[in-house]
Amino acid sequence: MTVFLHELRQGRKAFCIWTGAIGFFLAVCVFIFPEMKGEMDALSDTFASMGSFTAAFGMDRLNFGTLIGYYTIECGNVLGLAGAFFAALTGAGLLAKEERGRTADFLLTHPISRRRVISEKLLTLLTEISVLNLVIFLLALGSIAAIGESIPFKDIAHLHLAYYLLQLELGAICFGLSAFLRRGSAGVGLGLAGLTYMMNIIANIAPSVEFLKYITPYAFCDGASIVGEGKLDMIKVGIGLVLGALGIAAAYWKYENKDINQ
Amino acid sequence: MDAIKTAQLTKYYGQVRGIESLDLTVEEGDFFGFIGPNGAGKSTTIRTLLGLIAPSSGSAKVLGMDIGRQREAILKEVAYLPSESAFYPGLRGRDMIALSARLRGRDCAAEADRLCQRLQLDPSKKADTLSFGNKKKLAIVCALQSQPRLLILDEPTGGLDPLMQREFFEILKERHESGATIFLSSHILSEVQRYCSRAAVIRAGELIACDRVESLAKSSARRIVIHGQADLSPLSGLRQLEESEGVISFLYSGEMQPLLAVLSTGQIQDLSVTEPDLEEIFMHFYEKEADPS
Repeated sequence: MTVFLHELRQGRKAFCIWTGAIGFFLAVCVFIFPEMKGEMDALSDTFASMGSFTAAFGMDRLNFGTLIGYYTIECGNVLGLAGAFFAALTGAGLLAKEERGRTADFLLTHPISRRRVISEKLLTLLTEISVLNLVIFLLALGSIAAIGESIPFKDIAHLHLAYYLLQLELGAICFGLSAFLRRGSAGVGLGLAGLTYMMNIIANIAPSVEFLKYITPYAFCDGASIVGEGKLDMIKVGIGLVLGALGIAAAYWKYENKDINQ
Repeated sequence: MDAIKTAQLTKYYGQVRGIESLDLTVEEGDFFGFIGPNGAGKSTTIRTLLGLIAPSSGSAKVLGMDIGRQREAILKEVAYLPSESAFYPGLRGRDMIALSARLRGRDCAAEADRLCQRLQLDPSKKADTLSFGNKKKLAIVCALQSQPRLLILDEPTGGLDPLMQREFFEILKERHESGATIFLSSHILSEVQRYCSRAAVIRAGELIACDRVESLAKSSARRIVIHGQADLSPLSGLRQLEESEGVISFLYSGEMQPLLAVLSTGQIQDLSVTEPDLEEIFMHFYEKEADPS
Protein backbone atom coordinates (compact mmCIF):
# COMPACT_ATOMS: atom_id res chain seq x y z
CA MET A 1 0.00 0.00 0.00
CA THR A 2 3.01 2.28 -0.41
CA VAL A 3 1.57 4.22 -3.35
CA PHE A 4 -1.82 4.56 -1.62
CA LEU A 5 -0.29 5.99 1.55
CA HIS A 6 2.05 8.20 -0.47
CA GLU A 7 -0.87 9.60 -2.47
CA LEU A 8 -2.90 10.27 0.67
CA ARG A 9 0.05 12.15 2.07
CA GLN A 10 0.61 14.10 -1.14
CA GLY A 11 -3.05 15.05 -1.38
CA ARG A 12 -3.79 15.74 2.27
CA LYS A 13 -3.52 19.53 2.05
CA ALA A 14 -5.89 19.79 -0.91
CA PHE A 15 -8.22 17.28 0.72
CA CYS A 16 -8.37 19.25 3.99
CA ILE A 17 -8.97 22.54 2.16
CA TRP A 18 -11.79 21.12 0.01
CA THR A 19 -13.41 19.27 2.94
CA GLY A 20 -13.12 22.32 5.19
CA ALA A 21 -14.47 24.69 2.55
CA ILE A 22 -17.43 22.52 1.55
CA GLY A 23 -18.23 21.70 5.19
CA PHE A 24 -17.99 25.36 6.18
CA PHE A 25 -20.32 26.64 3.45
CA LEU A 26 -22.80 23.82 4.01
CA ALA A 27 -22.87 24.50 7.75
CA VAL A 28 -23.25 28.25 7.16
CA CYS A 29 -26.23 27.56 4.88
CA VAL A 30 -27.84 25.43 7.58
CA PHE A 31 -27.11 27.94 10.36
CA ILE A 32 -28.75 30.84 8.51
CA PHE A 33 -31.91 28.80 7.85
CA PRO A 34 -33.71 29.89 11.09
CA GLU A 35 -33.21 33.54 10.14
CA MET A 36 -34.39 33.03 6.58
CA LYS A 37 -37.26 30.73 7.48
CA GLY A 38 -39.73 33.58 8.00
CA GLU A 39 -38.90 35.16 4.68
CA MET A 40 -39.09 31.91 2.75
CA ASP A 41 -42.77 32.17 1.81
CA ALA A 42 -42.09 35.40 -0.08
CA LEU A 43 -38.91 33.91 -1.55
CA SER A 44 -40.78 30.79 -2.67
CA ASP A 45 -43.28 32.95 -4.52
CA THR A 46 -40.44 34.85 -6.17
CA PHE A 47 -38.61 31.67 -7.19
CA ALA A 48 -41.85 30.09 -8.46
CA SER A 49 -42.37 32.99 -10.88
CA MET A 50 -38.96 32.85 -12.57
CA GLY A 51 -40.12 30.71 -15.49
CA SER A 52 -37.51 28.38 -17.01
CA PHE A 53 -35.00 29.30 -14.36
CA THR A 54 -37.37 27.90 -11.73
CA ALA A 55 -37.61 24.59 -13.57
CA ALA A 56 -33.90 24.48 -14.24
CA PHE A 57 -33.13 24.19 -10.55
CA GLY A 58 -36.26 22.22 -9.59
CA MET A 59 -37.50 25.09 -7.46
CA ASP A 60 -41.04 24.69 -8.74
CA ARG A 61 -41.33 21.40 -6.87
CA LEU A 62 -39.70 22.34 -3.57
CA ASN A 63 -40.98 24.35 -0.65
CA PHE A 64 -38.31 26.76 0.48
CA GLY A 65 -40.13 27.24 3.77
CA THR A 66 -39.19 23.75 4.94
CA LEU A 67 -35.72 22.70 5.99
CA ILE A 68 -35.53 19.90 3.44
CA GLY A 69 -36.68 22.17 0.60
CA TYR A 70 -34.11 24.79 1.55
CA TYR A 71 -31.38 22.21 2.18
CA THR A 72 -31.99 20.47 -1.16
CA ILE A 73 -31.30 23.65 -3.12
CA GLU A 74 -28.34 24.71 -0.98
CA CYS A 75 -26.91 21.19 -0.87
CA GLY A 76 -27.20 21.00 -4.65
CA ASN A 77 -25.25 24.21 -5.09
CA VAL A 78 -22.53 23.60 -2.53
CA LEU A 79 -22.02 19.84 -2.46
CA GLY A 80 -23.15 19.32 -6.04
CA LEU A 81 -20.69 21.75 -7.57
CA ALA A 82 -17.80 21.91 -5.14
CA GLY A 83 -17.86 18.16 -4.46
CA ALA A 84 -17.90 17.44 -8.18
CA PHE A 85 -15.00 19.82 -8.78
CA PHE A 86 -13.00 18.12 -6.03
CA ALA A 87 -13.68 14.64 -7.40
CA ALA A 88 -12.96 15.67 -10.98
CA LEU A 89 -9.74 17.51 -10.10
CA THR A 90 -8.47 14.68 -7.94
CA GLY A 91 -9.36 11.98 -10.46
CA ALA A 92 -7.92 13.89 -13.40
CA GLY A 93 -4.61 14.53 -11.67
CA LEU A 94 -3.73 11.19 -10.13
CA LEU A 95 -2.12 9.48 -13.12
CA ALA A 96 -1.30 12.52 -15.28
CA LYS A 97 0.70 14.26 -12.56
CA GLU A 98 3.41 11.57 -12.66
CA GLU A 99 4.29 12.44 -16.23
CA ARG A 100 3.64 16.15 -15.80
CA GLY A 101 5.92 16.32 -12.75
CA ARG A 102 8.38 13.88 -14.40
CA THR A 103 8.14 11.56 -11.39
CA ALA A 104 6.84 8.69 -13.54
CA ASP A 105 10.43 7.57 -14.18
CA PHE A 106 11.04 7.36 -10.44
CA LEU A 107 7.82 5.51 -9.65
CA LEU A 108 7.72 3.11 -12.58
CA THR A 109 11.33 1.98 -12.34
CA HIS A 110 10.65 0.48 -8.94
CA PRO A 111 9.44 -3.11 -8.67
CA ILE A 112 5.75 -2.35 -8.66
CA SER A 113 3.41 -3.27 -11.50
CA ARG A 114 1.54 -0.55 -13.33
CA ARG A 115 -1.67 -2.37 -12.46
CA ARG A 116 -0.86 -1.99 -8.79
CA VAL A 117 0.01 1.69 -9.24
CA ILE A 118 -3.35 2.28 -10.94
CA SER A 119 -5.22 0.27 -8.28
CA GLU A 120 -3.63 2.08 -5.36
CA LYS A 121 -4.19 5.49 -6.96
CA LEU A 122 -7.82 4.53 -7.63
CA LEU A 123 -8.16 3.47 -4.01
CA THR A 124 -6.83 6.89 -3.00
CA LEU A 125 -9.51 8.56 -5.11
CA LEU A 126 -12.30 6.41 -3.66
CA THR A 127 -11.01 6.91 -0.12
CA GLU A 128 -10.75 10.69 -0.42
CA ILE A 129 -14.22 11.01 -1.96
CA SER A 130 -15.71 8.64 0.65
CA VAL A 131 -14.10 10.34 3.64
CA LEU A 132 -14.99 13.81 2.35
CA ASN A 133 -18.63 12.79 1.94
CA LEU A 134 -18.78 11.07 5.32
CA VAL A 135 -17.37 14.16 7.04
CA ILE A 136 -19.76 16.46 5.17
CA PHE A 137 -22.72 14.18 5.91
CA LEU A 138 -21.97 14.09 9.63
CA LEU A 139 -21.39 17.84 9.64
CA ALA A 140 -24.73 18.41 7.91
CA LEU A 141 -26.57 16.27 10.46
CA GLY A 142 -24.76 18.01 13.31
CA SER A 143 -25.57 21.47 11.91
CA ILE A 144 -29.27 20.65 11.51
CA ALA A 145 -29.36 19.28 15.06
CA ALA A 146 -27.55 22.39 16.31
CA ILE A 147 -30.23 24.77 14.98
CA GLY A 148 -32.92 22.72 16.73
CA GLU A 149 -34.64 21.36 13.62
CA SER A 150 -35.72 17.73 13.39
CA ILE A 151 -33.49 15.81 11.00
CA PRO A 152 -35.22 14.44 7.89
CA PHE A 153 -32.67 11.62 7.90
CA LYS A 154 -33.95 9.59 4.97
CA ASP A 155 -34.14 12.55 2.58
CA ILE A 156 -30.78 13.95 3.71
CA ALA A 157 -29.17 10.53 3.39
CA HIS A 158 -30.61 10.06 -0.12
CA LEU A 159 -29.38 13.49 -1.20
CA HIS A 160 -25.89 12.88 0.13
CA LEU A 161 -25.82 9.39 -1.37
CA ALA A 162 -26.74 10.84 -4.77
CA TYR A 163 -23.96 13.42 -4.61
CA TYR A 164 -21.52 10.77 -3.41
CA LEU A 165 -22.39 8.63 -6.43
CA LEU A 166 -22.07 11.69 -8.70
CA GLN A 167 -18.59 12.35 -7.36
CA LEU A 168 -17.61 8.71 -7.79
CA GLU A 169 -18.79 8.75 -11.40
CA LEU A 170 -17.07 12.01 -12.30
CA GLY A 171 -13.94 11.03 -10.37
CA ALA A 172 -13.78 7.67 -12.15
CA ILE A 173 -14.31 9.18 -15.62
CA CYS A 174 -11.65 11.81 -14.96
CA PHE A 175 -9.35 9.09 -13.62
CA GLY A 176 -9.74 7.32 -16.96
CA LEU A 177 -9.00 10.54 -18.85
CA SER A 178 -5.99 11.08 -16.61
CA ALA A 179 -4.33 8.00 -18.11
CA PHE A 180 -4.40 9.66 -21.53
CA LEU A 181 -3.20 13.06 -20.39
CA ARG A 182 0.14 14.52 -19.54
CA ARG A 183 -0.80 18.16 -19.16
CA GLY A 184 -4.06 20.08 -18.78
CA SER A 185 -5.73 17.46 -16.61
CA ALA A 186 -7.11 20.07 -14.19
CA GLY A 187 -8.82 21.94 -17.02
CA VAL A 188 -10.30 18.73 -18.38
CA GLY A 189 -11.61 17.73 -14.93
CA LEU A 190 -13.17 21.11 -14.17
CA GLY A 191 -14.51 21.36 -17.70
CA LEU A 192 -16.21 17.98 -17.48
CA ALA A 193 -17.79 18.79 -14.10
CA GLY A 194 -19.04 22.15 -15.37
CA LEU A 195 -20.27 20.67 -18.64
CA THR A 196 -22.33 17.93 -16.97
CA TYR A 197 -23.79 20.53 -14.58
CA MET A 198 -24.84 22.71 -17.50
CA MET A 199 -26.22 19.69 -19.37
CA ASN A 200 -28.59 19.03 -16.48
CA ILE A 201 -29.78 22.65 -16.39
CA ILE A 202 -30.38 22.67 -20.15
CA ALA A 203 -32.20 19.32 -19.97
CA ASN A 204 -34.44 20.75 -17.23
CA ILE A 205 -35.30 23.78 -19.36
CA ALA A 206 -35.66 22.24 -22.83
CA PRO A 207 -37.73 19.04 -23.17
CA SER A 208 -36.22 18.40 -26.63
CA VAL A 209 -32.84 17.55 -25.06
CA GLU A 210 -34.20 15.61 -22.13
CA PHE A 211 -32.01 12.66 -23.20
CA LEU A 212 -29.10 14.57 -21.66
CA LYS A 213 -30.48 13.49 -18.30
CA TYR A 214 -29.28 9.97 -19.09
CA ILE A 215 -25.76 11.26 -19.61
CA THR A 216 -25.21 13.79 -16.86
CA PRO A 217 -24.87 12.46 -13.31
CA TYR A 218 -26.58 15.62 -12.01
CA ALA A 219 -29.86 14.17 -13.29
CA PHE A 220 -29.98 11.51 -10.58
CA CYS A 221 -29.10 14.19 -8.03
CA ASP A 222 -32.27 16.17 -8.77
CA GLY A 223 -33.25 17.04 -5.20
CA ALA A 224 -36.92 17.68 -5.99
CA SER A 225 -37.31 14.18 -7.44
CA ILE A 226 -35.32 12.52 -4.65
CA VAL A 227 -37.35 14.25 -1.92
CA GLY A 228 -40.62 13.92 -3.80
CA GLU A 229 -40.29 10.22 -4.61
CA GLY A 230 -38.25 9.24 -1.57
CA LYS A 231 -35.72 7.34 -3.69
CA LEU A 232 -33.01 7.71 -6.35
CA ASP A 233 -33.67 7.07 -10.03
CA MET A 234 -31.81 3.76 -10.22
CA ILE A 235 -31.77 3.66 -14.02
CA LYS A 236 -29.84 6.92 -14.15
CA VAL A 237 -27.66 5.79 -11.25
CA GLY A 238 -26.97 2.54 -13.10
CA ILE A 239 -25.97 4.41 -16.26
CA GLY A 240 -23.72 6.62 -14.17
CA LEU A 241 -22.03 3.64 -12.54
CA VAL A 242 -21.47 2.02 -15.93
CA LEU A 243 -19.87 5.24 -17.24
CA GLY A 244 -17.68 5.37 -14.14
CA ALA A 245 -16.69 1.73 -14.61
CA LEU A 246 -15.80 2.46 -18.24
CA GLY A 247 -13.58 5.31 -17.03
CA ILE A 248 -11.76 2.96 -14.67
CA ALA A 249 -11.42 0.29 -17.36
CA ALA A 250 -9.99 2.91 -19.72
CA ALA A 251 -7.44 3.88 -17.08
CA TYR A 252 -6.20 0.29 -16.77
CA TRP A 253 -6.26 -0.32 -20.52
CA LYS A 254 -4.34 2.83 -21.39
CA TYR A 255 -1.89 3.22 -18.52
CA GLU A 256 -0.78 -0.42 -18.43
CA ASN A 257 0.38 -0.13 -22.04
CA LYS A 258 1.36 3.49 -22.17
CA ASP A 259 4.81 4.64 -23.28
CA ILE A 260 6.25 6.88 -20.59
CA ASN A 261 8.31 9.34 -22.60
CA GLN A 262 10.73 11.89 -21.21
CA MET B 1 24.55 -15.09 -17.58
CA ASP B 2 24.01 -12.01 -19.72
CA ALA B 3 22.94 -8.99 -17.73
CA ILE B 4 21.41 -7.44 -20.84
CA LYS B 5 20.71 -9.09 -24.16
CA THR B 6 18.73 -7.47 -26.92
CA ALA B 7 17.82 -9.10 -30.23
CA GLN B 8 16.79 -6.92 -33.15
CA LEU B 9 15.34 -4.48 -30.64
CA THR B 10 13.52 -1.70 -32.48
CA LYS B 11 11.53 1.28 -31.28
CA TYR B 12 9.76 3.80 -33.47
CA TYR B 13 7.86 6.81 -32.14
CA GLY B 14 5.27 6.94 -34.88
CA GLN B 15 7.42 7.45 -37.98
CA VAL B 16 10.41 8.65 -36.00
CA ARG B 17 13.24 6.22 -35.42
CA GLY B 18 14.30 5.58 -31.84
CA ILE B 19 16.47 2.48 -32.17
CA GLU B 20 16.76 0.07 -35.06
CA SER B 21 17.54 -3.67 -34.88
CA LEU B 22 19.74 -3.30 -31.82
CA ASP B 23 21.72 -6.41 -30.89
CA LEU B 24 23.48 -5.66 -27.64
CA THR B 25 24.97 -8.02 -25.08
CA VAL B 26 26.23 -6.97 -21.68
CA GLU B 27 27.64 -9.77 -19.58
CA GLU B 28 26.96 -9.99 -15.89
CA GLY B 29 29.84 -8.36 -14.03
CA ASP B 30 30.65 -5.92 -16.85
CA PHE B 31 31.39 -2.26 -16.29
CA PHE B 32 29.84 -1.24 -19.59
CA GLY B 33 29.88 2.13 -21.33
CA PHE B 34 27.15 3.07 -23.80
CA ILE B 35 28.31 5.93 -25.97
CA GLY B 36 26.45 8.16 -28.37
CA PRO B 37 25.41 11.77 -28.91
CA ASN B 38 21.98 13.21 -28.22
CA GLY B 39 19.29 11.51 -30.25
CA ALA B 40 21.39 8.46 -31.02
CA GLY B 41 19.04 6.17 -29.10
CA LYS B 42 20.78 5.72 -25.72
CA SER B 43 17.83 6.80 -23.60
CA THR B 44 15.39 4.94 -25.84
CA THR B 45 17.40 1.76 -25.28
CA ILE B 46 17.50 2.31 -21.53
CA ARG B 47 13.80 3.17 -21.27
CA THR B 48 12.91 0.09 -23.27
CA LEU B 49 15.02 -2.13 -21.03
CA LEU B 50 13.28 -0.66 -17.97
CA GLY B 51 9.80 -1.19 -19.41
CA LEU B 52 8.99 2.52 -19.54
CA ILE B 53 8.35 2.21 -23.26
CA ALA B 54 7.41 -0.87 -25.26
CA PRO B 55 9.55 -1.98 -28.20
CA SER B 56 8.04 -1.83 -31.68
CA SER B 57 9.68 -5.15 -32.50
CA GLY B 58 12.48 -7.40 -31.34
CA SER B 59 13.09 -8.68 -27.85
CA ALA B 60 15.24 -8.03 -24.84
CA LYS B 61 16.17 -9.83 -21.67
CA VAL B 62 17.57 -8.33 -18.51
CA LEU B 63 19.25 -10.77 -16.10
CA GLY B 64 17.69 -13.55 -18.14
CA MET B 65 14.16 -12.19 -17.79
CA ASP B 66 11.94 -10.92 -20.58
CA ILE B 67 11.33 -7.16 -20.42
CA GLY B 68 7.73 -7.50 -21.52
CA ARG B 69 6.54 -10.31 -19.27
CA GLN B 70 8.83 -10.07 -16.23
CA ARG B 71 9.16 -6.35 -15.73
CA GLU B 72 8.47 -6.38 -12.00
CA ALA B 73 10.95 -9.21 -11.33
CA ILE B 74 13.59 -7.37 -13.37
CA LEU B 75 13.10 -4.14 -11.45
CA LYS B 76 13.65 -5.95 -8.14
CA GLU B 77 17.24 -6.53 -9.28
CA VAL B 78 17.83 -3.30 -11.18
CA ALA B 79 18.31 0.29 -10.11
CA TYR B 80 18.07 3.21 -12.50
CA LEU B 81 19.67 6.62 -12.28
CA PRO B 82 18.07 9.03 -14.78
CA SER B 83 19.99 11.87 -16.39
CA GLU B 84 17.64 14.39 -14.77
CA SER B 85 15.82 13.44 -11.61
CA ALA B 86 12.46 14.77 -10.51
CA PHE B 87 11.02 14.38 -7.02
CA TYR B 88 7.60 14.73 -5.46
CA PRO B 89 6.82 18.27 -4.29
CA GLY B 90 7.04 18.90 -0.58
CA LEU B 91 9.00 15.73 0.27
CA ARG B 92 12.35 15.94 2.00
CA GLY B 93 15.34 14.04 0.72
CA ARG B 94 14.99 11.44 3.45
CA ASP B 95 11.30 10.97 2.54
CA MET B 96 12.22 10.25 -1.07
CA ILE B 97 14.92 7.81 0.03
CA ALA B 98 12.47 6.05 2.37
CA LEU B 99 9.76 6.00 -0.32
CA SER B 100 12.16 4.38 -2.76
CA ALA B 101 13.11 1.76 -0.16
CA ARG B 102 9.45 1.04 0.68
CA LEU B 103 8.64 0.64 -3.03
CA ARG B 104 11.38 -2.01 -3.04
CA GLY B 105 10.00 -3.54 0.13
CA ARG B 106 13.36 -3.26 1.83
CA ASP B 107 14.94 -1.51 4.77
CA CYS B 108 17.95 0.27 3.29
CA ALA B 109 18.37 2.91 6.00
CA ALA B 110 21.94 1.97 6.97
CA GLU B 111 23.22 1.95 3.39
CA ALA B 112 21.33 5.17 2.63
CA ASP B 113 23.01 6.91 5.59
CA ARG B 114 26.41 5.67 4.45
CA LEU B 115 25.84 6.94 0.91
CA CYS B 116 24.58 10.33 2.14
CA GLN B 117 27.76 10.73 4.18
CA ARG B 118 30.04 9.76 1.32
CA LEU B 119 28.26 12.08 -1.11
CA GLN B 120 27.91 14.85 1.49
CA LEU B 121 24.16 15.06 1.01
CA ASP B 122 21.90 16.60 3.62
CA PRO B 123 18.70 14.55 3.31
CA SER B 124 16.68 16.81 5.61
CA LYS B 125 16.21 19.43 2.87
CA LYS B 126 13.15 19.56 0.63
CA ALA B 127 13.98 17.53 -2.46
CA ASP B 128 12.45 19.94 -4.95
CA THR B 129 14.49 22.86 -3.61
CA LEU B 130 17.86 21.12 -4.00
CA SER B 131 20.42 22.28 -6.55
CA PHE B 132 20.89 20.21 -9.70
CA GLY B 133 23.99 18.56 -8.25
CA ASN B 134 22.31 17.71 -4.95
CA LYS B 135 19.29 16.34 -6.78
CA LYS B 136 21.69 14.08 -8.62
CA LYS B 137 23.21 12.95 -5.32
CA LEU B 138 19.75 12.23 -3.93
CA ALA B 139 18.90 10.20 -7.01
CA ILE B 140 22.17 8.28 -6.61
CA VAL B 141 21.29 7.41 -2.99
CA CYS B 142 17.79 6.31 -4.03
CA ALA B 143 19.24 4.10 -6.75
CA LEU B 144 22.23 2.60 -4.93
CA GLN B 145 20.79 2.06 -1.45
CA SER B 146 19.17 -1.25 -2.38
CA GLN B 147 22.43 -2.91 -3.55
CA PRO B 148 21.05 -3.92 -6.97
CA ARG B 149 22.58 -6.59 -9.22
CA LEU B 150 22.40 -4.30 -12.24
CA LEU B 151 22.83 -0.54 -12.22
CA ILE B 152 21.57 1.37 -15.26
CA LEU B 153 22.95 4.90 -15.23
CA ASP B 154 21.95 7.53 -17.78
CA GLU B 155 24.52 10.35 -17.96
CA PRO B 156 25.24 9.86 -14.26
CA THR B 157 27.80 12.56 -13.54
CA GLY B 158 25.93 15.59 -14.89
CA GLY B 159 25.79 18.23 -12.16
CA LEU B 160 28.40 16.60 -9.91
CA ASP B 161 31.58 18.52 -9.20
CA PRO B 162 34.89 16.73 -9.97
CA LEU B 163 35.40 15.61 -6.35
CA MET B 164 31.92 14.13 -6.19
CA GLN B 165 32.38 12.51 -9.59
CA ARG B 166 35.47 10.78 -8.24
CA GLU B 167 33.64 9.66 -5.10
CA PHE B 168 30.73 8.45 -7.17
CA PHE B 169 32.98 6.35 -9.38
CA GLU B 170 34.73 4.98 -6.30
CA ILE B 171 31.32 3.77 -5.08
CA LEU B 172 30.59 2.28 -8.49
CA LYS B 173 33.96 0.50 -8.51
CA GLU B 174 33.21 -0.97 -5.10
CA ARG B 175 29.81 -2.16 -6.28
CA HIS B 176 31.41 -3.60 -9.41
CA GLU B 177 34.03 -5.42 -7.36
CA SER B 178 31.30 -6.92 -5.20
CA GLY B 179 29.65 -8.37 -8.31
CA ALA B 180 27.24 -5.75 -9.60
CA THR B 181 26.94 -5.04 -13.30
CA ILE B 182 27.21 -1.40 -14.29
CA PHE B 183 25.62 -0.12 -17.51
CA LEU B 184 26.52 3.49 -18.03
CA SER B 185 25.49 5.80 -20.84
CA SER B 186 27.68 8.82 -21.26
CA HIS B 187 28.86 11.62 -23.48
CA ILE B 188 31.99 11.94 -21.41
CA LEU B 189 34.29 9.56 -23.21
CA SER B 190 37.18 9.98 -20.81
CA GLU B 191 35.13 8.54 -17.95
CA VAL B 192 34.06 5.60 -20.09
CA GLN B 193 37.68 5.00 -21.06
CA ARG B 194 38.82 5.31 -17.47
CA TYR B 195 36.24 3.16 -15.73
CA CYS B 196 34.52 0.86 -18.22
CA SER B 197 35.87 -2.47 -19.34
CA ARG B 198 33.59 -2.75 -22.38
CA ALA B 199 31.73 -0.21 -24.44
CA ALA B 200 29.29 0.11 -27.31
CA VAL B 201 28.84 2.99 -29.70
CA ILE B 202 25.36 3.81 -30.96
CA ARG B 203 24.74 5.99 -33.98
CA ALA B 204 21.36 6.97 -35.43
CA GLY B 205 19.67 4.21 -33.47
CA GLU B 206 22.04 1.48 -34.63
CA LEU B 207 24.87 -0.20 -32.80
CA ILE B 208 28.06 0.42 -34.76
CA ALA B 209 30.69 -0.98 -32.41
CA CYS B 210 30.78 -3.08 -29.28
CA ASP B 211 33.98 -4.41 -27.75
CA ARG B 212 36.46 -4.05 -24.92
CA VAL B 213 37.48 -0.42 -24.53
CA GLU B 214 41.14 -1.28 -25.26
CA SER B 215 40.14 -3.19 -28.38
CA LEU B 216 38.01 -0.32 -29.60
CA ALA B 217 41.02 1.94 -29.26
CA LYS B 218 43.41 -0.55 -30.89
CA SER B 219 41.16 -1.41 -33.76
CA SER B 220 41.16 2.15 -34.94
CA ALA B 221 43.69 4.53 -36.38
CA ARG B 222 46.88 5.94 -34.86
CA ARG B 223 47.41 9.56 -34.07
CA ILE B 224 50.55 10.69 -35.92
CA VAL B 225 52.22 13.97 -35.00
CA ILE B 226 55.16 15.16 -37.11
CA HIS B 227 57.43 18.11 -36.35
CA GLY B 228 58.85 19.07 -39.73
CA GLN B 229 57.75 18.75 -43.35
CA ALA B 230 56.62 15.83 -45.47
CA ASP B 231 54.57 15.32 -48.62
CA LEU B 232 51.65 13.17 -47.44
CA SER B 233 49.73 13.19 -50.72
CA PRO B 234 50.70 9.58 -51.70
CA LEU B 235 49.09 8.27 -48.50
CA SER B 236 45.54 7.06 -48.18
CA GLY B 237 43.71 6.54 -44.87
CA LEU B 238 44.39 10.01 -43.47
CA ARG B 239 41.81 11.87 -41.43
CA GLN B 240 41.67 14.98 -39.32
CA LEU B 241 44.75 16.42 -41.02
CA GLU B 242 45.91 19.59 -39.31
CA GLU B 243 49.01 21.68 -40.09
CA SER B 244 50.29 24.62 -38.13
CA GLU B 245 53.70 26.14 -37.47
CA GLY B 246 55.70 23.14 -38.61
CA VAL B 247 53.52 20.58 -36.83
CA ILE B 248 51.43 18.13 -38.83
CA SER B 249 48.88 16.00 -37.02
CA PHE B 250 46.54 13.40 -38.46
CA LEU B 251 44.80 10.11 -37.81
CA TYR B 252 46.20 7.29 -39.92
CA SER B 253 44.50 3.95 -40.46
CA GLY B 254 46.59 2.59 -43.33
CA GLU B 255 49.64 0.30 -43.41
CA MET B 256 52.77 1.51 -41.58
CA GLN B 257 55.25 0.76 -44.42
CA PRO B 258 53.90 3.37 -46.89
CA LEU B 259 53.79 5.91 -44.06
CA LEU B 260 57.41 5.29 -43.15
CA ALA B 261 58.40 5.49 -46.82
CA VAL B 262 56.72 8.87 -47.19
CA LEU B 263 58.19 10.20 -43.96
CA SER B 264 61.71 9.09 -44.94
CA THR B 265 61.64 11.49 -47.90
CA GLY B 266 60.62 14.46 -45.73
CA GLN B 267 62.39 16.73 -43.26
CA ILE B 268 61.33 15.27 -39.90
CA GLN B 269 62.63 16.64 -36.60
CA ASP B 270 60.35 14.64 -34.35
CA LEU B 271 57.67 12.01 -34.70
CA SER B 272 55.13 10.50 -32.35
CA VAL B 273 52.74 7.62 -32.99
CA THR B 274 50.07 7.14 -30.32
CA GLU B 275 46.82 5.29 -29.87
CA PRO B 276 43.94 7.68 -30.23
CA ASP B 277 41.78 8.24 -27.17
CA LEU B 278 38.16 7.22 -27.10
CA GLU B 279 37.09 10.70 -28.09
CA GLU B 280 38.92 10.37 -31.38
CA ILE B 281 37.48 6.92 -31.94
CA PHE B 282 34.05 8.28 -31.26
CA MET B 283 34.60 11.03 -33.82
CA HIS B 284 35.93 8.43 -36.23
CA PHE B 285 32.68 6.45 -35.98
CA TYR B 286 30.62 9.58 -36.44
CA GLU B 287 32.62 10.84 -39.37
CA LYS B 288 31.76 7.58 -41.08
CA GLU B 289 28.14 8.53 -40.81
CA ALA B 290 28.78 11.90 -42.40
CA ASP B 291 30.89 10.36 -45.15
CA PRO B 292 29.93 6.70 -45.63
CA SER B 293 32.42 6.30 -48.48
